[in-house]
Formats: sequence, structure tokens, C-alpha cells
Amino acid sequence: MVNWTAEEKQLITGLWAKVSVAECGAEALARLLIVYPWTQRFFSDFGNLSSPTAIIGNPKVRAHGKKVLTSFGEAIKNLDNIKKCFAQLSKLHCDKLHVDPENFRLLGDILIIVLAANHGKDFSPACQAAWQKMVRVVAHALAHEYH
Amino acid sequence: MLTCEDKQLIQKIWGKLGGAEEEIGAEALWRMFHAYPPTKTYFPHFDLSQGSDQIRGHGKKVVAALGNAIKNLDNLSQALSELSNLHAYNLRVDPGPGWRHGSCSGGAKPHFSLQFLSQCLQVVLATRLGKDYTPEVHSAVDKFMSAVASVLAEKYR
Repeated sequence: MVNWTAEEKQLITGLWAKVSVAECGAEALARLLIVYPWTQRFFSDFGNLSSPTAIIGNPKVRAHGKKVLTSFGEAIKNLDNIKKCFAQLSKLHCDKLHVDPENFRLLGDILIIVLAANHGKDFSPACQAAWQKMVRVVAHALAHEYH
Repeated sequence: MLTCEDKQLIQKIWGKLGGAEEEIGAEALWRMFHAYPPTKTYFPHFDLSQGSDQIRGHGKKVVAALGNAIKNLDNLSQALSELSNLHAYNLRVDPGPGWRHGSCSGGAKPHFSLQFLSQCLQVVLATRLGKDYTPEVHSAVDKFMSAVASVLAEKYR
């Protein structure tokens, strides 16, 4: 059971209200594939991933990024029960998708940088700290059902 | 591996910081202490309150070292050699579990505690540069910081 302070919850939900899930998700996934190119191994059927421009413009990347971040939004609505919220997704990532949980941590850090670039000074140190905790908790929950 | 393009992007972006290097270093450290509290264990002798002279002073040092590394991208090992000694024999900042598997080119990025500083420095750059912190710049800086961390941990054992 994760302990969130009232301030942390406010910092997380407050920033989330300003986030465009589709744009932010697309950008985060694209950056994952650009900055850590080995993560492309999970997306061999996504078509053209041959350059940053190709990746950013790739409609499958954009759609999947939106999907991923929408799920993230579910966690934010269920801050007090993220493990339960992601139990099925965790099993999916283990049994069907075969994703090394290290990749969740990579995506989490990338998301933080996207938020920083899009929100400037509003992404204060306290805000970053709350969000680093958030992405850590999400990564942990997604890895929880691995066996 | 840092390509020519990466090196150009890094030098260009560093040039855009317009003399704010000290502030950037201090802010990166402050964010690191806040987001990753265990990093404070390496600074028991510091006043870690916001805006402290010691944080500012140390931030300035760190950024100056990075600036020097950026002027010597073709020879990071040599440029950072003394700092590498310092980190290996003196400071001994934990290199993290990912380090034991050797170079980071094989897979996941290393979990150096130094990596937390990398993340926070990138956040500071991103908040200041906004759209200019493009995916290409992000990639180049991330690779650079990984390379720096690798060099600093080279002599650990």
C-alpha cells in the first residue's frame, strides 16, 4: 500500500488535469523509441521506425502512446490501489507481451522529461518528486504479477 | 556511442544556456535531493536547505566539469580522468545494480546513483528549453550523461 501525502496527490492530479493525454502519450512513446532504440524490439509491426522523424510521425506510435498514457490516467484515478488496478495489465505484459520490466522504468523517466518540457517552471522540484514516485509505483505495479 | 550529430547537438544546446550554468547545477542537485532522498546520504556534511551556498557551490562545480567534458567529447576518458579517480577511490557513489553487467551498450541503462543526477539535469534543461529539448537533443544528452557516468565508474574495481 503506497502512502501518498495530500500534497503529492494534489501535485499529481493537478498537473494531470493540464495534460493532453493523446499528445503527451505520443511524445513519450516516440521518445522512448528514439532515446532507447532497443525498445523498438517490441514494435516490429509498427512500420517505419527508421528515424526520429519517422517515429514521431508514425500513426501506430501515436495511437499506442495515447493508449499507454490513458492507462496511466487510470492509475491516477486509483492512487490508493494501483497494484490492483494494473494486475491484469501486469499479467498481459508478462505472459503475452514479454516485456522486461526495466522498460517501464525507462518510459517513466521519459514521461517525466516530456512533462518537464511541456510545463516549464510549473514542473517544480516538488512536482517532479511526486511524479518520480508515481512512475516508480506504476512500474512496480506493472511488474508485480511477473513470474 | 556519441555520433558527430550528437556531439554537435550537445555543444549547441550547452551554448544556449546563456550563462545560467550555476543555477542549472544548483537546481539539478536540489531536484535530485528532493526526488531521490537517498542521494542525500552522500552529503551529510552539507547544508541541504534550499538555496544553500554549498548546493550552489557544488552545482557550479558539477556543471563546470560537464562543460569541460563537452569541450572534450572526443576524449571523455582523459578529460574526466581525475574525476574518475575521485569517484572510484574517494567518493564511491554507489554505481547501482545495472553496473555489474559491464558497459551499458548491451541493454538497460545503468542504474548509477549518478543516473539520478542525469535525470534531474535533463529535467532542468527540459523545463528551460521546452520545445528546443527535442527528441534528438534528449537522446544526445542522455547518451552523453551515460558516457560520463560510465567513465566516472571505470575504476571502481
